[in-house]
Amino acid sequence: MEKSSNTRKKSSAKAVAGAAIRNKKAVSKKSKPVGSDKFGGLSFSLLRNMHDLMVKSRVLEERLIKIYKTGDAFFWIGAPGEEAFGVPLGMLAKKGQGPLNDYLHLHYRGTPVLVAMGMDPKDSIRLIMNRKTDPSTGGRNFSNHYCFPEWNVTPVCSPIEVQYGFAVGTGLSQKRHGGEGISIITGGDAGTAEGDFASCLIWASRPANPLPLLITVQNNGWGISTSYDGQHGEEKISDRGKAYGIKSLTINGNDPVESYVKLKESMAYIRKERKPVLMEAYVSRLYGHSSASGANLDTKQPDPLKDFEKRLLKADIIKKKDVEELYKSEEAKCMKIFREVQKELPPEASSIWDFTYVNNENADWRNF
Amino acid sequence: MANMAQAIRMALHFAEENYNVTDIFGQDVGAPLGGVFTATQGLKTTWNTPLDERGIVSAAIGLGLAGDRCVAEIQFCDYIFNTIDLLKMAGNTHWKTSGKYNLPITLMTPVGAGIRGSVYHSHSFDGWATRIPGWKVVMPSNPIDAYGLLLSAIDDPNPVMFLKPKALLRVKGEELIPGEPGDEKSLKAAIDAPLGDRSKWKPKWPKIKEHKITIGKAKVVNEGSDLTIVSYGRTLPICHKIAKNSEHSIEVIDLRSLYPYDWETIYNSVLKTKRVMFVNEETEVTNFAEHLSYRVTNSDLFYHIHAAPKVVAGKNVPGIGLHPNLEEATVPYEGEIKNEIERILEIIP
Ligand SMILES: Cc1ncc(C[n+]2csc(CCOP(=O)(O)OP(=O)(O)O)c2C)c(N)n1
Ligand SMILES: [Mg+2]
Repeated sequence: MEKSSNTRKKSSAKAVAGAAIRNKKAVSKKSKPVGSDKFGGLSFSLLRNMHDLMVKSRVLEERLIKIYKTGDAFFWIGAPGEEAFGVPLGMLAKKGQGPLNDYLHLHYRGTPVLVAMGMDPKDSIRLIMNRKTDPSTGGRNFSNHYCFPEWNVTPVCSPIEVQYGFAVGTGLSQKRHGGEGISIITGGDAGTAEGDFASCLIWASRPANPLPLLITVQNNGWGISTSYDGQHGEEKISDRGKAYGIKSLTINGNDPVESYVKLKESMAYIRKERKPVLMEAYVSRLYGHSSASGANLDTKQPDPLKDFEKRLLKADIIKKKDVEELYKSEEAKCMKIFREVQKELPPEASSIWDFTYVNNENADWRNF
Repeated sequence: MANMAQAIRMALHFAEENYNVTDIFGQDVGAPLGGVFTATQGLKTTWNTPLDERGIVSAAIGLGLAGDRCVAEIQFCDYIFNTIDLLKMAGNTHWKTSGKYNLPITLMTPVGAGIRGSVYHSHSFDGWATRIPGWKVVMPSNPIDAYGLLLSAIDDPNPVMFLKPKALLRVKGEELIPGEPGDEKSLKAAIDAPLGDRSKWKPKWPKIKEHKITIGKAKVVNEGSDLTIVSYGRTLPICHKIAKNSEHSIEVIDLRSLYPYDWETIYNSVLKTKRVMFVNEETEVTNFAEHLSYRVTNSDLFYHIHAAPKVVAGKNVPGIGLHPNLEEATVPYEGEIKNEIERILEIIP
C-alpha cells in the first residue's frame, strides 16, 4: 500500500538497482563495466588475482553455510554476492596497524575484504564455530564478526550502522597524525536510515576538520525482507553526500573492474586531500539475508563471480581447466580446515568474566 | 579553594600535559564557552562538536580504537539516553574481542537535581551507568576527589564514566589540590575565562601535581557507631552535614566509585554499626543502592544487622518538577533523610 501511493518513489526506484533483480538491468544498461573488454586497463595478473580471491572468498562462505546447515554452527551471516566489491576493497586497503594504515570498520559481510587482505580461512571457520581459538572473538560472537587489530580491522558490531560513527574517531586520529591512512566503512543500504549514517556524513564534512573517510554502502536492495523501494525517498543513497559537499558516487559493485578502478581513484583522493568520499555500490545478496532466512541460493540475482569468470574466460585471461581446479582445491582446503577446527577446543564456561576489564582486573562484584 | 568545575579543569590540564590526552570534546566544550559549567575553559585540546550525542560517543569509541586517550562530554546526562547502545558497545569492546581492543576513554556528564533544572536537567544516570558492564563508574562529591578521580579515570585503560553532580560544580572544596595556590582570587584570575571577549585570553595554570584516587576505593568521611550511611555525589554532603550535627553517632561513607565498588569499607562499617542506609537521587526502582542493599542481606551481615537496610532515593516518577515543592518531594532532601535516620534507629531487633 505504502509503495503504490508514492509515485515519486516509483520513478526513483527506476534509477537505482534496488532489488537485486533490477540490479541486473543496472549492470547491463546503466553502468557498463569500465573499459568493457579492456578491463579498465587492469593488468591480466591483477585480474587473475582478483578472480582467485573472489573464488576463495566464495568457496569459504559456501563452506560456512554448509557448516551451519550440518548443525556445526548456530548462525551464518556473510557475503556471497559482495565479492566484486569486497575483494578490490581488500586489495587496495593499506594493511597494517596504527594511524598510518587504513582502519576498516566493516559490517557482517566482510569476508571478501579480509580474504583479499590475506586472512587465514581457518580463522573465519573458527569464528563461525565459536572455538576458543577464534582470534576475532574467542568464541563469543557470530560469523563474519571479524576483528584483527594487527590490520586495523576494528570489531564488527551487530547493531546496524554504528561503525559509521566509530570511523569518525579513527579518522580524527589519522587526520591529526598525518600520513596517508584512511578510515574505511562498509555497511548496507537499509542501515543508512539510522542516524549514525547521517552523523557520519555530518562529522566527516565539518568545515572545521574534514576527515579522510571512505564511506561505502553496499546496496543489495534489501534490509532482511524489506525492499529498498518502499523506504527510500532519495533517488540514490549517494545523493545524500552531495548536501554535505562530499564527493559522492554510485557504482556497479557487481563488476570487480569498476569497483577496483573507482575505489583506487577515490582512495587516492582521500589519501591526498584528507577529505571524505561517499561510495554506494550495487551488489547482490546471493544466499538471502542470513541463516535465519534459510541461506539458500537465489538464482535470480546476478552472480558477480560467475559473470566476471565468463568475461575472463572469453578474453582468454583464465582457462576453464584452471578455474575448475581452483574451485576444487579451495573446496578441499576449506573442508580440511573444517575437520581440523572441529577438533579444536571450545571456550570454557569459567572464562565468562575474562576481558571485562583490561589485564583481567576483577570485574565480578562477588569479589569486590 | 577551587570549586569542582575548576578542579575538573585542572585535572584535564594535568592530563593533557601528562597522560597524552588528545581530545576533550562535546557540545560547547571548546572556546569560547569552555563548557556550560565552565569545566573545560582554557584547555589545549578542546573542541566543539555538532549537536549530536551519538556522534560524540561514537567518535570517542573510534578514538579509543585508534588508541588515543580522550575525554568526551555529554552536556547533560538527560541527553545521554539515545547513546545507551553505544555505551554498551564501548563496555563490551574488550570483552567481545577477547582482549584484542581496549578503549582508554573517559566520558563525563553532569547529573542530578539541585539546580532547579526541571524535567530535562535533573536526571540521574548512576543507576543506568552501573548496568553497563565493562565500564568503570565514578562520581565525586567534592573538588579534590573530582580531581583525583578524573586523573584515575583518564589514566585507566578501560572506559570510565565520570558523573559530575551538577549542583556541586560551584561548591568550593575544603582541601587544596596539590599545587593549587592557597589564594582563591589568584586561582580565579589565573584559570577562569574573563567575561566578554576571550579571544586573546590564555590561562596561567598553577603547577599542580599528580593526585590520583584509586577507582574502587571509598572514603569514610564521618566516623560513627549507630548507623552507616552510604552515599555519593550531591547527596553526600547533605548526609555528611546531618551526621556532623546529629545527636546520633553516624558513619558516612562516600562511595566515590560505583563500579567497581568498595565492599570492604561498607562491610566493615555495617558490621560495626549494624544499621545501614543508602542515599542517592536516582529513581528508586532497580536503583544501584538496591544491589548494595541486597548484598548486605545476602552476606553474613544478615546475621548481625539490627534493621533491614534502607534505600533512600528519588521517587519513581517520570520527571522532577520545576517548583521546589515538587523537586524536594521527589529527590532526597535533608528533611526526608533525617526522618529516615530516626526511623531506622527506632527499630528494635
Ligand atoms: C540497530 C539494529 N536494528 C536491527 C537489527 C536487525 N537487523 C540485522 S541486519 C538488518 C538489515 C540490514 O540491512 P542492510 O543495512 O541493507 O544490510 P544487508 O543485510 O542488506 O547487507 C536488520 C534489520 C540490527 N542488527 N541492528
Ligand atoms: Mg541491504
